[in-house]
Amino acid sequence: MPTAEDKASARNARTVWLLSAPALVLLILAASGPLLIVLVYSFLTPGEYGNVEWAFSTKAWVGILYSRDIFDGTWKLADAHLTIFWRSVKLSLYTTLFAFIAGFPTAWFIATRGPRARTALLFLITIPFWTNLLVRTFAINQIIRNEGVLNTLLLWLGVIDTPLAIIYTDFAVFLGMTYVYLPLMVLPLFASIDRFDMRLLEAGYDLYASRWQVLRRIVVPVVKPGIIAGSILVFIPSLGAYVTPRILGGGRNMMIGNFIDLQFGAGRNWPLGASLSMTLLLIVAVALVFYVRFANRESRHG
Amino acid sequence: MKRLLSTVAVLLASTAIASAEGELQLFNWGDYTSPELLEKFQAETGIKVTVTDYDSNDTALAKVEAGGGGYDLVVPSANYVQIYVEKGLIQELDLSKLPNHANIAPEWLDVPWDPGRLYTIPWQWGSVGMGVNSDAYDGDINTSAIFLDPPAELVGKINVAPEMNDVLSLALMYVGGEACTEDTEVLKKARDALMAAKPKWQSMDYGMTTKLASNDVMASTYWNGAIFRARLQNDKIKYGYPKEGYPLWMDSVALLSDAKNVDEAHQFLNFIMEPENAGLISAFARYANGITGSDPFMPADMADAPEILIPEELQAAGHFLPTCSAKALEYYTAIWTELRK
Amino acid sequence: MADRTFSIARLPGFSTIAVAVFVMLYLPIVLLVMFSFNAGSSPAIWEGFSLQWYPRAWSNELVKDATLRSLIIASVAAVISTTVATMAALGTTRRARTKGQSFIYLLINQPLMVPEIVTAVALLIFFASIKVATGYQGLGYLIAAHSAFCIPFAYLPIRARLEGMDLTLETAAADLYATPWRTFRHVTLPILMPGMVAGLMLAFITSLDDVVISLFVKSAGQDTLPTYMLGQIRRNVTVEVNAISTLLLGLTVIMLSGFFVLTRKKD
Repeated sequence: MPTAEDKASARNARTVWLLSAPALVLLILAASGPLLIVLVYSFLTPGEYGNVEWAFSTKAWVGILYSRDIFDGTWKLADAHLTIFWRSVKLSLYTTLFAFIAGFPTAWFIATRGPRARTALLFLITIPFWTNLLVRTFAINQIIRNEGVLNTLLLWLGVIDTPLAIIYTDFAVFLGMTYVYLPLMVLPLFASIDRFDMRLLEAGYDLYASRWQVLRRIVVPVVKPGIIAGSILVFIPSLGAYVTPRILGGGRNMMIGNFIDLQFGAGRNWPLGASLSMTLLLIVAVALVFYVRFANRESRHG
Repeated sequence: MKRLLSTVAVLLASTAIASAEGELQLFNWGDYTSPELLEKFQAETGIKVTVTDYDSNDTALAKVEAGGGGYDLVVPSANYVQIYVEKGLIQELDLSKLPNHANIAPEWLDVPWDPGRLYTIPWQWGSVGMGVNSDAYDGDINTSAIFLDPPAELVGKINVAPEMNDVLSLALMYVGGEACTEDTEVLKKARDALMAAKPKWQSMDYGMTTKLASNDVMASTYWNGAIFRARLQNDKIKYGYPKEGYPLWMDSVALLSDAKNVDEAHQFLNFIMEPENAGLISAFARYANGITGSDPFMPADMADAPEILIPEELQAAGHFLPTCSAKALEYYTAIWTELRK
Repeated sequence: MADRTFSIARLPGFSTIAVAVFVMLYLPIVLLVMFSFNAGSSPAIWEGFSLQWYPRAWSNELVKDATLRSLIIASVAAVISTTVATMAALGTTRRARTKGQSFIYLLINQPLMVPEIVTAVALLIFFASIKVATGYQGLGYLIAAHSAFCIPFAYLPIRARLEGMDLTLETAAADLYATPWRTFRHVTLPILMPGMVAGLMLAFITSLDDVVISLFVKSAGQDTLPTYMLGQIRRNVTVEVNAISTLLLGLTVIMLSGFFVLTRKKD
């Protein structure tokens, strides 16, 4: 016999789903649904000049790690693929680390100002964040090019004789990504530090702790959710970065995003592009799972 | 709310309407179409031409094959035309709508890849060679060794344009073979040479006209006209014809099978066969064209430019690239994917 | 006492790093803007002040086309995504949890978590087959794609606003025999409005900013401003790009200021 409570909760459920329906339909059609198509395509055979032939094949998945030497027909580890993966992970980790080193003091600085200065500084930090990605990458490009601002300045000062070849290297991509994703680290860190009770610091100092110890043992554990959120927010987009490595990497230092793009263009291997996309998605999902578990663990302790 | 919806409807409808009258979608190489030409065409016929860029034959083919691109005309290189024909991607032209067809220079009329020019109209032709900044290196640049076995001054400053057929042909001819060969020994040597040289390159990208001119890159394998234009901005840039062998290419305009603006396309194709207009095309990108009588309309500096006039002793080394067999293509693709990573 | 807290909170070297970071963040942008006013044609060598590049950028047909297209797509997508996100926010906030609610959250936030290149590739494949099957090649695909990935950006500020709202106002209205619809229109909606406008602006900026998805989904002649700029940056760097960038930046600053004003907590 349905109680009044049951009926109310059923009505509630209906309202929830009805109101969410338009958003869900749009998302399934133009965002999540097509991902399933990618999964399907990863099990097909590449057509001779692109697109696919509807024949089942697992070559695209094997091809992520192994490739057949065309001349002796042996299967060996596709170390070129692995290089790209490793480069992407490595650069993303460096970017995250450096963003943290630069971002933590910045977030701390903002959080420890008075309310008016704080709002102003927050505004200043969000402008680069919302500025068009192309504009920001282009801005960095203009600085580190052979005839860019940095080299022109150094040459003029006489510090160097020939331009520093920064552009089109892994370092250039790293610089670009750190620049682009730094605000993403600062904002969650700020949110966490904002909630930090400064009196805990006082207590620490009263107990004769040094500044460094206070930082390590009091601040960091409490602020951990912010650190993790910021790291995830930087690591995931930088792993799937496309525009920045394309402009600053010169086609040689490809990251996963560019490599996927290649398969749909000159690489002519759509299934491989699909399987690579799924792999990227998998890595991101794993990272997110880690985040959720860490965040939950902390909130239980907190 | 209603007003908003109707405005949106009108906007969406207007984008559809705009494509129905006097419009043409040209899918062409980047930096290759003269804006002057398009303006002149629009002034004469009222048809608005919109150009979408691509960087390489492979990208263009991939996009066309994927379908639904909405393009009317595409400009493939000679060795790709047969592929488009075989796959049914381009259609035969209606020669009755092309009175200027007779203007095609006789040497470019009966080409092996389109005898009688039933599918394509010549756009421009040229060579692939070495563009080198003479300040960085002033030795012999008429050799593929520039990118396959670079001199010390150029290590780390070389770009190799990621155009599979060009790069592989250069490499194959460097190690003594021929383009589209199926000889695995030769292919292996070419592959090894490329892989050994790759760490010495700086990038694999396009846009070398600007990058060579602005000293971002010191040397590159690239097309002659683009190097010509780079030299016009930076007179230290020189063009070399690799004596081991270099590709000659010709790009022609083809009509896509699913083109929507067929009439307008024919008008455009007829238009570009006027000697005056062919001259305009050449003037922009600085390549030679295949139309008789266009010489008076070309810029004066093209008459004796080293990028256009091939030195006698190097003429024999230039080869038009054939369309590779499926087997050869397989080898090409395998080597190229290895290189591209 | 408050003073002492602040001075204790100053950790050594942090302020220096923070200031350095702000400077480093703005230096490239400032230089970019500065050189857009360059009298010369180099983006790196200053040759005097001039406004020449702005009218030049505007007289470029391609720039005008691309800008118009971007603005249309962004406006339509922002409106669609905000409307749809408002409904979803109303459905998922301040209610008892129902089964499948986490699925709804997951789907709504999916564009934030999936790397853009993966979505772009998925849409390329999906739309390509539809394009071939129906022959329709208008802006619809771009608008649909943009609306979809703007949803989470519109959703979050609206949800935040909704959660901070005082339920008693609506209860009071119900007590006064107002129907749910009237309550919504006259009580909830006006209070929710700043959140909705904030969401609208965020969605607008996000759509305007998009490069990767637009690159893969667009058909012939459908360059958006960012895809046009990408082509220019890769091939043909001139000060024109600086000018366009500065204008985009100006637009962002205006929108952001509006956003900040709207979401300031009422004291």
